[in-house]
Order: sequence, then structure tokens, then C-alpha cells
Amino acid sequence: MIPPPFEYLSPNQLSEAISLLQKHGEDAKILAGGHSLIPAMKLRFALPEYLIDIGGIEGMDYLREEGGQLRIGAMTRESSLEDSELISKKYPLLLDTVKMIADPQVRNMATVGGNLAHGDPANDHPATMIALRASVFAEGPNGSREIRIDDFFPDFFTTALDTNEILTEIRISSPPPKSGGAYLKIERKVGDYATAAVACQLNLNTSGSIEQIGIGLTNVGPTPIRATSAENLLRGKSPSDDLIKEAGLLAAGDSDPSDDLRGSAEYKKDLLCELTQRAIRISIERSERSG
Amino acid sequence: MSKHTVTIEINGSSFTREVDSRLLLVHFIREDLQMTGTHIGCDTTHCGACTVLMDGRSIKSCTLFTIQANGKSLTTIEGLESGGKLHPLQEGFHEEHGLQCGFCTPGMIMRAVELLGKNPNPTEDEIRTGISGNLCRCTGYVNIVKSVQYAAEKMKAEVA
Ligand SMILES: Cc1cc2nc3c(=O)[nH]c(=O)nc-3n(C[C@H](O)[C@H](O)[C@H](O)COP(=O)(O)OP(=O)(O)OC[C@H]3O[C@@H](n4cnc5c(N)ncnc54)[C@H](O)[C@@H]3O)c2cc1C
Ligand code: FES
Ligand code: FES
Repeated sequence: MIPPPFEYLSPNQLSEAISLLQKHGEDAKILAGGHSLIPAMKLRFALPEYLIDIGGIEGMDYLREEGGQLRIGAMTRESSLEDSELISKKYPLLLDTVKMIADPQVRNMATVGGNLAHGDPANDHPATMIALRASVFAEGPNGSREIRIDDFFPDFFTTALDTNEILTEIRISSPPPKSGGAYLKIERKVGDYATAAVACQLNLNTSGSIEQIGIGLTNVGPTPIRATSAENLLRGKSPSDDLIKEAGLLAAGDSDPSDDLRGSAEYKKDLLCELTQRAIRISIERSERSG
Repeated sequence: MSKHTVTIEINGSSFTREVDSRLLLVHFIREDLQMTGTHIGCDTTHCGACTVLMDGRSIKSCTLFTIQANGKSLTTIEGLESGGKLHPLQEGFHEEHGLQCGFCTPGMIMRAVELLGKNPNPTEDEIRTGISGNLCRCTGYVNIVKSVQYAAEKMKAEVA
């Protein structure tokens, strides 16, 4: 399948890329890793007249901790998270997630920024970032602004980015001591999007109660979903089997799946109930083992 | 549609050509350069038959515009043997019957090159996850795993 024709633009500076977005408006699209966009163009789901390739802009591909935060440059490839010692030591939720995204070759191209900016509720990073209470930074003609992850996905395949804005960075607070997280995804085969998936991140206080908790759900609604009622149930509590079970049921209740080729809505709710319980248990185990 | 001049290094030789912006890398390699070792299986980023190395990393060349590879260095299956001697992975697929029809083989091998570069001692599980982006309709993967193990042993022996 040959993609439709387009004009290719390759700015060297972020400011130049923003000017190009201003000039071409709705006719232009940013090209990052291209692994959502090029397949969509082949199928004529996307017909941009201009592609603005941000792959040549220096300084958008990085992964570092700074000022108590993890900073991920938008052009960081998924495979860089997978290979990072920092991620495997301190961010088990991100490591779990990246291993479930697509396949090794796709992860060598796909970017973390693109995974969020695509606005696809089936993508895996949105739920992870919800669980981690991330912030997204966007740069436009009027400078940079911070967008809370809860405000980033207003609707189906829609993000809070303006047409003139480029996602530049994702920030996550470094986890406090006794933190852990996990991502559990059911997929039909490698490279498939989730039938359902659950991201959990939590930390325990000195008496073993859950202090902070985030739970994000993948592909069970028009947008990625925060399982607010499950979080509220667990926050401040000492986790018991009954409580965790109840949280699973509440997370399923927070979801809004539909019937499709991957399964019925009822089946997906059942999956969520179970996956949520497992994700919470693994997160607690990992918290107990962490420093 | 815009035309662009690209210069891409492939298997150590530099190629400069004028290409359409929408030309996919796999078509550039197979049609413009007539190097047909790199295959097209699915054209939808699933099968891995089109896998090549770009700056040492395995990628699916059906999902990249040629222009995105401008200035980069590629390796295809044609670039693996040297001086008439097969690469240990090529030898492994030969010795261990790692192929039947052979359609998936170039992609499997190019993927395995990166895998063994990063992890010279993979477990069977790591090999299977490592090639999870490559589909084979013939072998059932058992001999492909053995072929990669053969190459891993051979490469270790060569280093030692
Ligand atoms: C076979 C296959 C399987 C996959 N499986 C999974 C999976 O299991 N889980 C998963 O999460 N994903 C999966 N993906 C999607 C993959 O992770 C995508 O590559 C990713 O979602 C998008 O990242 P990208 O860098 O490729 O973005 P692109 O495709 O380049 O861009 C996607 C969209 O985001 C916009 N965009 C990108 N970056 C920016 C930016 N910095 N600022 C503003 N807008 C931007 C683009 O304009 C475009 O509209 C799969 C893809 C393939 C091909
Ligand atoms: S042809 Fe590229 S992945 Fe199948
Ligand atoms: S040998 Fe035939 S597809 Fe793999």
C-alpha cells in the first residue's frame, strides 16, 4: 500500500516546526516515529498535505531524573525505555508497559510522545501515565504549557494539544520510598492492542497502608480511563483481600467498554476486575521490596 | 508531492537518489536499488519480512519513508556475508534448517543480528520474545530458535 502524496518538511529547530504548523494549520501533521501515522496513511485514514518530521530536531530524545522528576523527551523511542537501567530500577510500571507495546522493531521507531499525542485509547502509555499522574508539556507559538494527564485526553482520538502545539516532554514525579507499580495487559497476540489492560502505581506508608495510588485503564472506553472509585477505596487503607477484590469490581464499574472482535463488553469488565486485583497485588509486592 | 535528494549508506556503499516523499524505504531498497533480499510480507508492520538495520537498530522498512533514512546507515541481508563467508546467523539457519520457504528468513536474520548484538547469551525465552515481531508460516519457530542459538555459540567462539 503506497501512502498518499504529501509535502515533506524537516525543520531543525522546534521553533521552525511550530512556525510550519502555524502556516499549514489543519493540513499538516507532525511525523514522529510514524508507526501510527504511516499505517493510517496507507489506509487513507489520515491524508495530511504536509508532514513535519521532528526526527531531525536535536534534544528531543532524552530520559533523565532532574529535580525529583523523571523527564522523558517526546522523541524518546520506546526501546530506550526498555534498555534504560533507571527505568528498570525505579519505574517497573513503565518497564512492564513498554514490553507490552507492539514488537521490538516497532519499539525501535515508536516514540513515547507519539504514543500519547495519537490520542488512541488502545495505546498503552496513556493509562500508565494516568497511573503515574504525569504531566505533559506542549510548546506552541506562545511558549510552553503544562497539561495534566487527566486533561490530556478529552475525547475519542482527541488530545488537549492545539493544532499549533508540539508535545515536548513528559514529567513524572520520582516515586517516594516503598513504591511499586505494574502493568497487566491481555492481548490476543504480540503486537495487538489490549483487549483490556490495567496500570497501577502506589506507595505504602510506614504502617503498610496505601498512601497514594493511581489506576489507569486501557482500551475499555472512548478515552483512557482513571479508575477513580477504585483509587478512592484503597487510598489510606491497609490492603486486605476483600478490599482488593472490591477495588477490582469498582475498576470494572469505572470502565465503559464496547463489544468488538476482541470480546464482549461483559468479558472485558470481567478481565478488568481480575487484572486490577493482580496489578494491585504485584504493585504492593514490589513496594514492599523497594527501598 | 515533493521530491527530495537522499543519500543513504547501504551495506557500506553510499547511494544518492531523487525520491518522492511518499516512497517507502522497502520500495527504495527493492525497486530503486534492485536489492531484493529484503521482502515485503504483510505491508502492515506485522510480519517483519522487511526488517533491516538502520544505524544498528532493526526496523520494519515498510513503515518508514525513504526520506526518513536520509543520512543514515543501513544493513540489509545482502550486507551480512563477508569475503564469501556467511555470517554466523546465515550459517545457523543453514545448519539447523531454520527455513522452509525462506520468505521470512532475511527479516528473521536481520532482527536476530540486533538481538545477539545486545544479548550474546539469550535464553530460549529471550530469543522467542526477541523475534516476536517476525512471523513464519512454515517452520513453527523451533528450528529458527535453534539457528539463533547456533549463531550465538559460534559468535562467542569467534570472540574467545
Ligand atoms: C504493528 C503495530 C503494533 C502496535 N502495537 C501497539 C501496542 O500494542 N500498544 C501501543 O501503545 N501502541 C502500539 N502501536 C503504536 C505505536 O506504539 C505507535 O508508534 C505510537 O502509538 C505512535 O508513536 P509514533 O512515534 O510512531 O507517532 P507517529 O505515528 O509519528 O504519530 C502519531 C500521531 O501523533 C502525532 N504526534 C506524534 N508526536 C507528536 C508530538 N511530539 N507533538 C504533537 N503531535 C505528535 C502525529 O502527528 C500523529 O497524529 C503499534 C504500532 C504498530 C505499527
Ligand atoms: S512487510 Fe513490513 S512488517 Fe510485513
Ligand atoms: S520459512 Fe516460510 S515463512 Fe518462514
